[in-house]
Amino acid sequence: MEHILSILIFFPAVAALIGFLVQKESIRAYAIAVSAIEFLLSIGLWIVFDNDNAGMQFMEMLPIIPSYGINYLVAVDGISLFLVILTTFMTMISLIGLTEKRDLKNLVISVLFLEMTMVAVFLCLDAIIFYLFWELSLVPMLYIIGAWGGNLRIYASIKFFLYTFTGSLVMLVGMLFLGYVYYQTTGNWSFSLLDWNMLLLPFDMQLWLFVAFFLGFAIKVPMVPFHTWLPYAHGQAPTIGSVILAAVLLKMGTYGFIRFSLPLFPDATVYFVIPMAILALIAIIYTAMVAYAQEDMKQVIAYSSVSHMGVIILGTFALNVEGIGGSIFLMISHGIVSGALFMLVGVIYDRRHTKLISEFGGLAKVMPNYATIFAVMLMASVGLPLTIGFVGEFLSLLGFFKTSPVLTLLAGLTIILGAVYMLVMYKRVFFGPLSNPKNEKLHDAKGRELVALIPLVALVVILGVYPKPILEPVNKSVTALVEIMQLKAVNETTKAKILSANSIGEVK
Amino acid sequence: MIPPINIDLESLNFITIVPMLIAIFGALTILCIDLFSKKLDKSLYIMLAILFLVVDFGVLYGYSEATRGFFDLMLIDGISLLAQFIMIIATILFLLLSLNKLRFHDTAYPEYYALYLFMIAGFQFMVSSDSLILIFVGLETASMALYVMIALHNKSNSLEAAIKYFTMGALATAFFAFGSMIFYALTGSVELGVISQVLVESEFAHYPIIVVGVVFMMAALGFKISLFPFHTWVADVYEGSTASLAGFMSIVPKIAAFVVALRFFEIFIAAEDTVVQLLLYGVAVLTMTIPNLIALLQTDIKRMLAFSSVSHAGFVMVAILLGTTQATTALFLYWILFLVTNLGGFAMLWINRTKENGAFSSDHALEKYSGLIKTSPIAATMMGLFLLSLAGVPPFALFWGKMYLISSAVNADFIVLALIMAINSAIAAYYYLKPIVYMFLKEPIEKSNIEYLSNATTPLKVVIGFCAVAAVISIFFVEPLLEIISYYVQISGY
Repeated sequence: MEHILSILIFFPAVAALIGFLVQKESIRAYAIAVSAIEFLLSIGLWIVFDNDNAGMQFMEMLPIIPSYGINYLVAVDGISLFLVILTTFMTMISLIGLTEKRDLKNLVISVLFLEMTMVAVFLCLDAIIFYLFWELSLVPMLYIIGAWGGNLRIYASIKFFLYTFTGSLVMLVGMLFLGYVYYQTTGNWSFSLLDWNMLLLPFDMQLWLFVAFFLGFAIKVPMVPFHTWLPYAHGQAPTIGSVILAAVLLKMGTYGFIRFSLPLFPDATVYFVIPMAILALIAIIYTAMVAYAQEDMKQVIAYSSVSHMGVIILGTFALNVEGIGGSIFLMISHGIVSGALFMLVGVIYDRRHTKLISEFGGLAKVMPNYATIFAVMLMASVGLPLTIGFVGEFLSLLGFFKTSPVLTLLAGLTIILGAVYMLVMYKRVFFGPLSNPKNEKLHDAKGRELVALIPLVALVVILGVYPKPILEPVNKSVTALVEIMQLKAVNETTKAKILSANSIGEVK
Repeated sequence: MIPPINIDLESLNFITIVPMLIAIFGALTILCIDLFSKKLDKSLYIMLAILFLVVDFGVLYGYSEATRGFFDLMLIDGISLLAQFIMIIATILFLLLSLNKLRFHDTAYPEYYALYLFMIAGFQFMVSSDSLILIFVGLETASMALYVMIALHNKSNSLEAAIKYFTMGALATAFFAFGSMIFYALTGSVELGVISQVLVESEFAHYPIIVVGVVFMMAALGFKISLFPFHTWVADVYEGSTASLAGFMSIVPKIAAFVVALRFFEIFIAAEDTVVQLLLYGVAVLTMTIPNLIALLQTDIKRMLAFSSVSHAGFVMVAILLGTTQATTALFLYWILFLVTNLGGFAMLWINRTKENGAFSSDHALEKYSGLIKTSPIAATMMGLFLLSLAGVPPFALFWGKMYLISSAVNADFIVLALIMAINSAIAAYYYLKPIVYMFLKEPIEKSNIEYLSNATTPLKVVIGFCAVAAVISIFFVEPLLEIISYYVQISGY
């Protein structure tokens, strides 16, 4: 098990390369098999993962450009472990639910390459190699949206690519600067995050570096006002693209905040807590309202994603174990729930080739199973207690309550507003008379679709009732993270703020 | 009575011009063979030219330290060697592209390959000297050969291109002569070493005249490197030349001119002359920004690549502005990786060359490549790879050059410049995506009867494959490359 992380990263890539030789007719089965093996490998990682160890595990290092301090450095801790499992799981589920027929081979190979880059982003601890995979993930996604998407697919894919690429380049300058600062302080080149974590940076430098990294991460999340690429990308992408985008790619941004911004720039983080919270609040309230106004089911879910990502940011910038742990849990739950919702929209789109809410009505009569699954996912998305969505949302808000009760109260609107737009959409699609004659003969969800969806439903309930297996290792690593922040803060006020944010006692 | 001059042959140090003599001898050999038999195939001449270049390379490899000869006219130092290595390898690869399938006017002539070798000899002289006169002679030798090579293609737009290039080149020559004259008048020498010494000792007396001299030199070199605002010829000339020659022009003449620029501007950068620094700063920023914006509007891939190569030249000018050892190393690293990528890109255009344009506005119109992934997937993937590499998407070749260059800007405390470079990379990504969009995301045009790969032969495909592999695995050879480059850069003291 020594090289399990490298195997996890490169197995999908090798499989994708070999996949060129597989016959077109068998490629779907091949893809499902590969992604299932990858998922089992990640479960294996969880089994051998030491839950009591808060630090980095299974570390591997291979010099790439040693004279410039660039190494292939991978390791896993409680924060990244579950994001990796989420990635492999959602890739597998989305491949099982895949109904696309055109150029299936190209699509599958792109998805497998994408899986490599996503897993690698969560595991790499060397800034340059992290950046490498971070940027590389744009290429397969560009192809998936642009080649299999809707009418505006080319516009959507280019917008997605350029937005993210621009932000990331600014982040790259920040990374190169940090490497240089490390060189000036220690006399050695290093881009390893673990080395950087020992660096004490002056406050002014932290400020602009925080902004540079913020641009890279915030566009990916996406945070208001950088969110305009997302509705297009989601609206135009094929189902599998939307699922992976919502479930995993967006999490790369929030993961970046937790992995890079928080421990590297603790003072700047504390300084920016309120501005970040306000941006998050705008995302929560404004995009929820926009979601309410949408006519397209997919757009409703796309905007609800932006809204939920706002809660994740809020939890992250609570700067205490509850908030950060909750935001990580919310990343996982949002990955499962939004992925499932996009798949559900895909199911109805395959049958009717439209996603407009006005085309539907009374679907619950003809598609009872489908309506039930949709209802469960909807409840989880809204954050009903005992579903997976509640845990993360509650913990994030609880964490932020210490910083600002007023803002938290406003953020609590997410549950109410979420209920409004989701339930209204549900009502218009599933209840009422079956007015549109085209809907009368629709098949209920079946076969492959159920195989893909039922595990998600099960997870929503199980983890909603008993989140401890995930929360415990996450909280361990988050505690270590908060300690690093505490140690690295150069201003006394920062230390005091972090300490006071963490004084509400542990949530078990 | 003029006293007799006694020159010891030893003191000439003939070894310093052996590499150039080999190239010239090779060119003459090719011409002589042509005298005896007219029926020989072009492949013979190509291989002969390559063999001479290999010998040339081997001789160069033997130099281990800076040597001077011919009364200090010749100076073979680390950066000269590096530039010659790059030029010779690039020329060998571009020569291989002449093994194409379609028969064109120019490549059928043996003179074409003789001109290649003469040109290389010229560029070799140009980079191996710090005397403005010898640089001038080398530059002219090489340029004259290049003008003729463009014109040999014998299409109306290639004649136009040759004349345009010649006129611009003549202007640049005049600027160069005038700039040298000013420095000779100021310092009494045409050797850059002496010029530098005199200027520093006199604490840059007559400063306005010095600045005028610098401006003339910058204009002269600017034409060759295609710096803004002297870049206007680039797109037309590239469009008129064959894709293989256009690719060649985007690499070899520029690295030669960069070396001269490095030697020349070093005088002022080392003295921390703010006016010259400001000039270089402005020129570098404008050179990477303006052509980038123009490239956004192009509908022909070759013209787009022409403007993109101007923008890349602007990037590399940053290295000259910085003047640190890391920056100079970055310059060569960038250019080697750019060579691999651009060679691949232009070779892809070259193998898709057709004799007739059919319904399309130009030979390499974007629409022609619609849906290439459906009709010839490997070609589309290769082309996509090279375009992504040019855009600086990691881990493909040019990303490492870009990263290293941006990092050397950061390390020299030019943060704003680094940000400008980053933003320009983002702008550039848009036009590099355009062909990718056509190839991967659009449907093929029905009933267009486009013949793809009509100019392809096995050697060409091998060259492209080589470039593609190099672009993908570049992550592993950046380290050894950096070692080699910094060794040569350090022995020449830059």
